[in-house]
Amino acid sequence: MTAENASQSRGANVRYENVQKSYDGETLVVKDLNIDIKRGEFLTMLGPSGSGKTTCLMMLAGFEPATNGEIFLNNAPINDVPPHKRGIGMVFQNYALFPHMTVAENLAFPLQVRKMSKADQEAKVKRALEMVELPTMGGRRPAQLSGGQQQRVAVARALVFEPDLVLMDEPLGALDKQLREQMQFEIKHIHESLGVTVVYVTHDQTEALVMSDRVAVFNDGVIQQLSPPDTLYESPRNSFVAQFIGENNKLDGKVESIDADYCSVRLTDGTQLKAEKVNVSSVGDLTTLSLRPERVETSGLDGMENVVRGHIEELIYLGDHIRVRMNIAGNPDFVVKVRNRSGEQKLKEGQELDVGWRASDCKALDHVQ
Amino acid sequence: MTDATMADMAASGGQELKTSDGRSLKAALKASQSVERRRAFLLVLPLLALLVASFIIPIGQLVTRSVYNPEVASYLPETSSALSGWNGEGVPDEEVFAALAADMVVGAENRTIGRVAARINREMPGTRSMIMGLSRSAEELQPPYREAFLADDEGWGEQALWRFLKRETRIITPAYYLIATDLEYNAEGEIVQRPENYQVYRTLFWRTAWMSLTITALCVLLGYPIAHLLATQPLRIANILMILVLLPFWTSLLVRTSSWIVLLQQQGVINDMLVWLGVVTDSGRLRMIYNKTGTIIAMTHILLPFMILPLYSVMKTIPPSYMRAARSLGATQTYAFTRVYLPLTIPGLAAGVLLVFILAIGYYITPALVGGDSGIFISNLIASNMQSSLANLKLGAALATILLVLVMLFYFVFNKLIGVDRLKFG
Ligand SMILES: Nc1ncnc2c1ncn2[C@@H]1O[C@H](COP(=O)(O)OP(=O)(O)O)[C@@H](O)[C@H]1O
Ligand SMILES: [Mg+2]
Repeated sequence: MTAENASQSRGANVRYENVQKSYDGETLVVKDLNIDIKRGEFLTMLGPSGSGKTTCLMMLAGFEPATNGEIFLNNAPINDVPPHKRGIGMVFQNYALFPHMTVAENLAFPLQVRKMSKADQEAKVKRALEMVELPTMGGRRPAQLSGGQQQRVAVARALVFEPDLVLMDEPLGALDKQLREQMQFEIKHIHESLGVTVVYVTHDQTEALVMSDRVAVFNDGVIQQLSPPDTLYESPRNSFVAQFIGENNKLDGKVESIDADYCSVRLTDGTQLKAEKVNVSSVGDLTTLSLRPERVETSGLDGMENVVRGHIEELIYLGDHIRVRMNIAGNPDFVVKVRNRSGEQKLKEGQELDVGWRASDCKALDHVQ
Repeated sequence: MTDATMADMAASGGQELKTSDGRSLKAALKASQSVERRRAFLLVLPLLALLVASFIIPIGQLVTRSVYNPEVASYLPETSSALSGWNGEGVPDEEVFAALAADMVVGAENRTIGRVAARINREMPGTRSMIMGLSRSAEELQPPYREAFLADDEGWGEQALWRFLKRETRIITPAYYLIATDLEYNAEGEIVQRPENYQVYRTLFWRTAWMSLTITALCVLLGYPIAHLLATQPLRIANILMILVLLPFWTSLLVRTSSWIVLLQQQGVINDMLVWLGVVTDSGRLRMIYNKTGTIIAMTHILLPFMILPLYSVMKTIPPSYMRAARSLGATQTYAFTRVYLPLTIPGLAAGVLLVFILAIGYYITPALVGGDSGIFISNLIASNMQSSLANLKLGAALATILLVLVMLFYFVFNKLIGVDRLKFG
């Protein structure tokens, strides 16, 4: 977001402080949540199904009470504010467009509630429909619209009363891939032009990376990492994040020595590797190394900290690159992406091949099975 | 639609499509489906037969009987044709009396004269003995018949009797419908109100209607929250509650109605409790049964499931996100309910109202058991008429037909207002 946008931003800030949530009094669905969401930020809650994302959103919207802790909206505690007084726009997964009203009536609903004059209502509805590029659809019923159009109307309805904060719970989940990508772009665009704060929930990591200023990765009711997308991808804080975001190679081993930011790890088959020390504390710790497939090189290996000989198990031709599945250091699912450049030697299945990577691209994280 | 598809359609519309072997496409389609269609028809045939035998024929009979009035026309044929020339003033002339004498001879032989006498006696009490008395000696009557009749009984000189007979020569009569709406013919043959102490049916129709409406309203008030509770509880609890709703269906109607007697009567459980609590005195025990209150309470209870089930089936399909969306858009709970939830439940609500009202308006057992005199419905009178003499049976048929028409009228108006195709019965 540009500085100019930020200055005219009408976004709200949100703060979760030590928020916990239990539905049954036996298990915590959200465990000690702390987030500070800045004005005008696009924050995404990303995580597998059942990790508590929707619950966090519902507590913010006011439909579920926090069991413990406090949520602040523009620095005011809102635990006791009923949902209709929070002034938060919301886009639901199934859109929740009122089926008995036309599109225009749906959009006018929040304006009628606010006792706006008929003329103002019409003007705002018109503007909102233009914003989502459906200027002629006002007279239709939601059922007469395609999924993508319904989605746009839902976004327009959540924004038409000019809230400071908009929540979206998997709003694109029901759309096909192409439409989803287009809507990601449009929502992002609307966010940038309006400057509202958006809290967005998804389980689709690509969506999260494409749209967000920051991403909070959820697992098991705990935020595993809260970072901008690039940091999340390049510097995952733990194995869950490394595994959940993007493609990832895992190698299990034990820390043999530690040298400032780096450590030396011996894999189960005896191979010795150098890795960036991220989530290990002492010599002797079990660790899982994380390595992105595109950071593995097949040529120019001179001077690389790690060079290993492997066996090509499978080749998949993908046009711009070739996916090579190799057996490396006892791991038969090690994936290397080889760019499809001219003049390269032809790879063959069953062939032995040297591959290498830099220690800084290889992260020593907590050990997982 | 794009121009290209429009053009396609125009091209194919101009000329009938043919199959590859040159038959018309429509005919080929029909032929290919005919076996299926015949099989489907055979499958529904027994049901159709049952429907005709058990529904359409009896209703046809009922309607026919309520207007069919053959006694005078068929059993006094000569008299009927002779009366057609009478102008209705004074006493008819000799020709009519002669015809009647001839009819009486035949009637006495065939033993049909008794039915005629019964029919006439019903409208003009006291004429039975006059007619029967004359019929016994009909063979000996000599012309001039008019004098002979009058000599036998002064009553034959009544203008009202002859006017009535002339009216009765029509084989279709509105007479039973007049009685069913508390009207009658006066001596001049005009339609007038019946004497006040004979007026029962209109009051009863009116009472049946407003009490059915009250019962329907109570069912809405009680059923709506229950259905909502059912639809929003977790499945396990909803199932238990559902059993409680359905339980009444598994017990006999008679048992359920009688248990209200136990509860509501003056020496019953509720009165005992109220006395014990000091709400009413022992001498001031409330009358809650054998009157309108009793009927309304018991019938509301019995018909409640018919309101709950369609409501429940509609509410279950309304995702909670609609209400949440409305709330997040700034609506209070009440506003969200009236603008979003209530309109979405209309198909179930209307179906429930239709079911309960139509069931209530024709209800019989419960008003009969707990209604006393003041709480009975029109069906109770229909039943008691149906169970007695032939003439009363016809009155019963007329009452039943009126009820049927009223229900159909209600359905029609309801359909105009709500649209029956939108309803969801469960
Ligand atoms: N209304 C509820 N009552 C009881 N448990 C719930 C309720 N909503 C969610 N849960 C439970 O809370 C956990 C987190 O759910 P949710 O917040 O919906 O996760 P997500 O949106 O990340 O998929 C899940 O285990 C789910 O079963
Ligand atoms: Mg969810």
